[in-house]
Amino acid sequence: MEKRATFSNLWVAGLFVAPQLLLIFVFFYWPVGEAMYWALTLEPPFGGGNQFVGLQNFEAVFSDRHYWNSVVVSVIFALSMAGLSISVALVLALFADRRLHGHQAYRFTFFLTYAVPAAAVGLAFRFLLAPDAGMVSVVNKLFPGLWNPALNGTQALILVIVAQAWKMAGYNFVFLLAGLQSVPRALVEAAAMDGAGVLRRMRDIQVPLLTPTLFFLLVINITDSFVDSFGIVDLTTGGGPARSTMLLGYKIYLDGFEGKDYSLASAQTLVLIVLMILLTFFQFRFVERRVHYR
Amino acid sequence: MVERTPLLNVLTHAVLILGFVVLMAPIWIVFVAASHDFATVNRVPVPVLPGGHLLDNLAQAWTEGSFGRVMVTTMLFALGVTAGKVVLSALSAFAIVYFRYRLRMVFFWMIFTTLMLPIEIRIVPTYAVAANALKPFHDMLALVGLGGVVPEWNLLNSYSGLILPLIATATGTFLYRQFFLTIPDELAEAAKMDGAGPVRFFLDVLVPLSRTNMAALATIMFVWACNQYVWPLIVVTDQQTMATATMQLQKLVPSPLFGQPPVWNVAMAATLIVMIPPLVVTILLQRWFVRGLVSSEK
Repeated sequence: MEKRATFSNLWVAGLFVAPQLLLIFVFFYWPVGEAMYWALTLEPPFGGGNQFVGLQNFEAVFSDRHYWNSVVVSVIFALSMAGLSISVALVLALFADRRLHGHQAYRFTFFLTYAVPAAAVGLAFRFLLAPDAGMVSVVNKLFPGLWNPALNGTQALILVIVAQAWKMAGYNFVFLLAGLQSVPRALVEAAAMDGAGVLRRMRDIQVPLLTPTLFFLLVINITDSFVDSFGIVDLTTGGGPARSTMLLGYKIYLDGFEGKDYSLASAQTLVLIVLMILLTFFQFRFVERRVHYR
Repeated sequence: MVERTPLLNVLTHAVLILGFVVLMAPIWIVFVAASHDFATVNRVPVPVLPGGHLLDNLAQAWTEGSFGRVMVTTMLFALGVTAGKVVLSALSAFAIVYFRYRLRMVFFWMIFTTLMLPIEIRIVPTYAVAANALKPFHDMLALVGLGGVVPEWNLLNSYSGLILPLIATATGTFLYRQFFLTIPDELAEAAKMDGAGPVRFFLDVLVPLSRTNMAALATIMFVWACNQYVWPLIVVTDQQTMATATMQLQKLVPSPLFGQPPVWNVAMAATLIVMIPPLVVTILLQRWFVRGLVSSEK
């Protein structure tokens, strides 16, 4: 869409756009470019200038079994978290869309989960699912030693999945409810006249029409799982036990700032950047005209 | 609904109430745990109703986490990010929508690209720039042998270091752009007829019309900044002076493995303190929050 009426004083346009361009140049484009440079060089441990090493850093990354462990953990985390969060939100949205008494109150309260900082979500779930205190401690009272995320990797992964799924559920709910409310009423009513029951209508009309929203949310949930994972992991498991919750983003943070290995961290950063760009590309490719939310 | 289905209505309410319980339980449990003393919070099973020690625990968490100072830092930081985003995005969206020049689409795509890579993804290289914000200019001049001309400008441990890299993405620009595109052309034509220049038109017509958008964007950005975790953790090197609220939680995690007492009541009180500003803003301004979220699609 273009404006017919435009201004011609280009100096003004330049001045208006300059602050943002300057900031994104310094804090976005230059760092991303620098990551590429570092990923291809190695700083010798005893000084003496950087050395161009080609793809050696990437080889180091891809031949590291810890890296592949993080890839597997991240994929399991992202997919099961998104699956859990979106399906819970979908069921809630389908029922909230029946617009019985108080449906707006649900939208209002469910969304609150999204406003809680990831770090606070992490600490809250660490307490909730602690083996010796909180909610799950009852299980351990009955079956001693059954639940201990500090020692059991699978349980630790479940802990971070549940925490992040909880955080995203309200957000997913708001988008799914908005998507459902844009499904034409007449369509649903016509199906009802044809004798389709409520559950049938949900399955055969409402859910299929929601596919673009569901896909959009899947991509957003996966991207957010890279972004929020620092706070959640840092405050629940710290990547452990035995790297069972070492998500890709958290590994970059540890390698770069605890291990001080900028070359390796930069190579991993680039891989993650490519992944993010691919995800965004898919999102546009498949959901070109996204649903109208009004 | 379309038909009368009493049984299904009961089911609907049951599902929604169950959802409500599941989604609100963690917040409730944090509140309950924050209101009991040390002995009660470690009892199995944990109590489900609040006790009488909320204020004691809040006071203890407040002191242990130095939240008096930390909250001031966090608010300045969040307000700085909010103000920066609201102002810069409005300016750049105006330059992209209301002018026609060859570089316009280049600028548009340059700004748009930043949406793909949030700061969490590029912390390592962004940190290097924060350590010396003039580094890009230094490095460019170094290519022609003039690197020494540019002084260093360290942003670590400063408000500019916390705020500027977070402003450097285009979250708001597209919200404004969408909105500006819906504004009738006649307004700009009339302004031009009256002899108003672009700056005049921007300040006297666009800004007042954009108030709703600004409120929406400001709400989203404030909550977003309050929730930042990893960037403050890295850019703040002196936690005594510049720590933000979410960073302080790490300090109050009880680790019984290392022989510390499981003072979950204090830890949960701190969690409550950290949750409250974004929650309150969301509750008060939810109308704007959802409007901004849905129309910008993040």
